[in-house]
Amino acid sequence: MSDNYGNIMKEGLWEQNVVFAQLLAMCPTMAVTTSGTNGLGMGLATTAVLVVSNILVSMIRHTVSSQVRIPVFVVLIATLVTVVDMAMNAWLHELYKVLGLFIALIVVNCAILGRAEAFAVKNGVGASAVDGLAMGLGFTGALTFIGLIREFLGSGTLFAQASNLLGPSFAFLEMKLPGYGGALLMILPPGGFAILGFLLAGKRVMERRLDERKAEKAQLAAA
Amino acid sequence: MNFESFREKIGYQPVLLGVFALLASGALALASSATGEAIAAAEAKDLRDSLSEVLPQGMADNDFLKDTVELEKNGNAVTIYRARKDGVVKAALFKVVERGYAADIQVLMAVDADGRTLGVRVLKHAETPGLGDKIEVKKDAWIKGFDGKSLGDPAPEKWAVKKDSGIFDQFAGATITPRAVVKAVKGGLEFFAAHKAEITG
Repeated sequence: MSDNYGNIMKEGLWEQNVVFAQLLAMCPTMAVTTSGTNGLGMGLATTAVLVVSNILVSMIRHTVSSQVRIPVFVVLIATLVTVVDMAMNAWLHELYKVLGLFIALIVVNCAILGRAEAFAVKNGVGASAVDGLAMGLGFTGALTFIGLIREFLGSGTLFAQASNLLGPSFAFLEMKLPGYGGALLMILPPGGFAILGFLLAGKRVMERRLDERKAEKAQLAAA
Repeated sequence: MNFESFREKIGYQPVLLGVFALLASGALALASSATGEAIAAAEAKDLRDSLSEVLPQGMADNDFLKDTVELEKNGNAVTIYRARKDGVVKAALFKVVERGYAADIQVLMAVDADGRTLGVRVLKHAETPGLGDKIEVKKDAWIKGFDGKSLGDPAPEKWAVKKDSGIFDQFAGATITPRAVVKAVKGGLEFFAAHKAEITG
């Protein structure tokens, strides 16, 4: 495992992207990416939980024995999400009314336990925090991207209701394609699977092209 | 004995689990008591806001949050807030609950003395974001379609979504949600009609 923060960022955002590379967290990915705003909201809330859970897991990694680590982490994450849920309900009530539906869904996000297991339990607090942030932002990016595509094809809008989430100053993000009713299929689960499939295929093709180009360059250099 | 080997002992595991369970319960209890008041206050404010949202301006000159009557509906207690003007009950505001797609949908409605709906709002729901949540007035004007409707207008068999040959729109991709809301509002009107004497008395 790399201690280089730049590498950790790159891994989280692209190479080991939660959605596009690890194919984790498919439940929230399919469920909330019906619009760009929903994807963004879910992604940001997950990022916050992921950073804190990674830090906590990293802090207790020497105390917890490997035999009981899973139940300990599950209790930890569930507690964390519940506390975040209550705190937001109490002090950020307006935002909670928008995001409230998503918060509880974070508990079932296997990416959080996944990062605890795969990274935080083996690495220091700083690196774990960066990993949580990188993975969270990669997740946010993926969810927002899928959400935008599905929203655009499905209802002909972009970032609809973004001002509910981010405040009225972000109303400029909201766009509507006039005269397009939308293809409902894209909003429904099959559309989600189809879009994800195309994106995964696209990422593979892109990576293979990059590899080929690298190999060509290496050949040229060798010759 | 160093910590590494102590950590592998069979006795260490249950104690560790127990300690974490205790810590977690403690943290939750703490968080619950720290946020309980603020959550209750925020929800009370929500209730006040939404009550004044379903009631057209100038309908009441009393503090209808205090003028309540408790009635029973299907075994559950329902609080009815009464909006009065010059001492006469002009409208009744109450909550109705109907099972939606994901969980119960809480609907707040105001009914005037003639049994017409003055306004309907969804208070709480867990419907699919982007599909079923169009029942929120913030996201869609659909819920305003109930304004002015009564049990005779439209006719009882038309109190349904269009798919069930009624007059109310369903949403693309979500039929169960609007169906539940229509049912809830109709149930609310029937409830009002059955208890009109007690409410306006």
